[in-house]
Amino acid sequence: MNLLNVKDLSLSIGGVQILQDVSIDMLSGEIVAITGESGSGKSLTALAVMGLLPRGSVTKGSIWLEEKDILTTSEHDLCSMRGRAMGMVFQEPMTALNPVKTIGDQVAETIIIHDRVTKFDANKRAADMLQRVGLTVEPSRYPHELSGGQRQRVVIAMAIALRPKLLIADEPTTALDVTTQARILELLKDLVADFDMGLLIITHDLAVVAEIADKIIVMQKGCIVEAEDTHELLSNMRHPYTKALFNASTHRVTLPEYIPSLPLLSVESVTRTYNLPRTSVFGSRPKLQALDGISFHISHGERVGLVGESGCGKSTLTRAILGLEEVQKGQITLGGQPVFSQKNLNMEVRRKMQVVFQDPYGSFNPRHRVDRLIAEPLHVLENAPVGKERGFAVSKALEDVGLSTTDANKYIHEFSGGQRQRIAIARALIIEPELIIFDEAVSALDVSIRAQVLDLIADLCQKRPLAYLFISHDLSVVRTVTDRVIVMQFGKIVEQGQTEQVFSNPQHAYTQSLIAAAPKLPEVTYAIETV
Amino acid sequence: MKRGLIIGSFLSFVFMGLACISFLWVPYDIETLDIANKLKKPSLSHWLGTDHFGRDIFSMIMIGARTSIAVALLAVGIGVTIGVPLGLFSAARRGCFIDEIIMRGNDLIFAFPSLVIAILITAVFGASAVNAIVAIGIFNIPVFARLTRAAALPLWERDFVLSARVCGKSEARISIEHILPNITNLMIVQGTIQFSLGILAEASLSYIGLGAQPPTASWGRMLADAQTLVSIAPHVALVPGLAILLMVLGLNLMGDGLRDLFDPRIKEQRT
Repeated sequence: MNLLNVKDLSLSIGGVQILQDVSIDMLSGEIVAITGESGSGKSLTALAVMGLLPRGSVTKGSIWLEEKDILTTSEHDLCSMRGRAMGMVFQEPMTALNPVKTIGDQVAETIIIHDRVTKFDANKRAADMLQRVGLTVEPSRYPHELSGGQRQRVVIAMAIALRPKLLIADEPTTALDVTTQARILELLKDLVADFDMGLLIITHDLAVVAEIADKIIVMQKGCIVEAEDTHELLSNMRHPYTKALFNASTHRVTLPEYIPSLPLLSVESVTRTYNLPRTSVFGSRPKLQALDGISFHISHGERVGLVGESGCGKSTLTRAILGLEEVQKGQITLGGQPVFSQKNLNMEVRRKMQVVFQDPYGSFNPRHRVDRLIAEPLHVLENAPVGKERGFAVSKALEDVGLSTTDANKYIHEFSGGQRQRIAIARALIIEPELIIFDEAVSALDVSIRAQVLDLIADLCQKRPLAYLFISHDLSVVRTVTDRVIVMQFGKIVEQGQTEQVFSNPQHAYTQSLIAAAPKLPEVTYAIETV
Repeated sequence: MKRGLIIGSFLSFVFMGLACISFLWVPYDIETLDIANKLKKPSLSHWLGTDHFGRDIFSMIMIGARTSIAVALLAVGIGVTIGVPLGLFSAARRGCFIDEIIMRGNDLIFAFPSLVIAILITAVFGASAVNAIVAIGIFNIPVFARLTRAAALPLWERDFVLSARVCGKSEARISIEHILPNITNLMIVQGTIQFSLGILAEASLSYIGLGAQPPTASWGRMLADAQTLVSIAPHVALVPGLAILLMVLGLNLMGDGLRDLFDPRIKEQRT
């Protein structure tokens, strides 16, 4: 008997076809992964199974969870099924928890709603469940007191509090660091075996999929293109889209050889401490050591990677290098000049440095046209081009990043995430800076788009010597686009060296654990095409 | 959703239209008294009747609309031209001493009961339309300053502002180029609501005789003049009262409608 049986599910919202003939079979104790790029319909498939489709959805087909068809069950019955028959884990553990309730209460709430038990019993069961998911903190703690991984454990505890038969996890580890991710995946696997649940995991990360799933479903534009047992799929890939997807996630670029040259950016024993809010009325303010004696340098044309988990001081360092923030000790110089100047901005430094941010949606003023957005840095030049020349500069920058010159008159909302990131790179390149900071610049992109942007970066390096600092939590990306890598932990540099050397032979224990925790894609083989 | 906006804009524009027309033409001259025709019921010759001096009420409503709108608009203008730059400056210097001073100064003005101070100002400096504008305008400043600062603060953390800073743009330039265009919607909505509050404040001031002085008509004073005649000629009091009500209602509906129109989050929920 199948646990979940989705049969020819089609879904349209407001006349737009979202899903087409999606069929899924899964048994209890099985882990099925749905993967695909954004817009492939994987999240909506999960919501359909939960009976949480947005209003205005028109469905065809059926979703059988054991004896019941979710699509024809009334909302009232669905309410009693959610939590009891099926549980769900969301991507963002911070927003999935209510900040004003203790974690124990939030888990107990699910139990009280469904089982008629006393508050005391519910609390006891909640505490047991929190222990089961490996939380060592008291149930009386609040979400903001916990780390991201701990919060995700609370969310999981809430979802499995009533031991549902089916657990749906929508990108459960995407917001987490690699080492935390590894532990959460381990926990999920363990729970599935222990409770004999079915786990439907939705993720864009193919390495995660390959590591955890028994069965893989690959979706593209609302259709299932391939559904196979993991082993079978990895050893015998059939559909061209699946191949393209796996190719893109292991995408490697070829950088031109780095010729050692003079230092460009030098960071000398930089220290930055933040005062945290007082914990008591008259107590002194606790301090957070964000950067602790950081020293490194980047030479002309050198491509350096910076990796570390959240809270390691990456962002603070980025802001300090960009001269947006003063440091308490040490000095950061670019081409011999300090990057931070009190009142009067040092235009000479500004001319040499640009930045590309992570979020392709937040990095542009939505009220300006692309030509104005791209031309923004031009004003730091001494004789900035005006009129026609300015137009040429914008066109050239757009062409350099593979966009059309007619895009200059459009507004930013007309572009996709990948195109926006190209525009961000065009903006950074227009003044031909010597150093670009890529702050998680490809992290928000789909694998195929990410591969294209990485190609673009490599391409730009071929055209002219370009030094950059590539900040990322994604080790596989850092490995391919950098010459040298710096590993940070708790505001300190724990290891730095040639990229290949660090990755193949990490010296520091933290680097070793980072590399070990990162999910790896197994070697894949493709089916021989038969004509 | 949209209905409120349409009704609101219609009401507001009717009164604004009346005010504009009154510059060119009014049915009767309101400065000539016609005691013989006093307290006439609405008729074809006097659409809304006449008051106790025999003046045409419709003409007085038209001129009164002009006074109300002019006072309220200029008062909002004072609020915007001083409040918005203060808020932008404050947001640019967030956390600094000067920010603290500006915002605490705002709190100080907020702490005063606005109408009482407006009465004080007009009583000290003399009752006139100009003094009413200044008195109402002063209390619009902190509203706009606080709103601007609150809206600008999260924008300063956005990546596009960071990258503008990386490009070496000054705080003033970023405030004008990046922050201001992104808070205009909010200012239009707040402006509409402050406008309606301004109309109410002007009516209150002129009701107690501290607004525009005779012979200029104003809705508040029309109400005050008519209050003793309510039992004999109710329409004389009813008409200016309704005019105030409809104008304020119209502006509030328009403000609400505009806010829904501009807020992308509400827009998503609607579809």
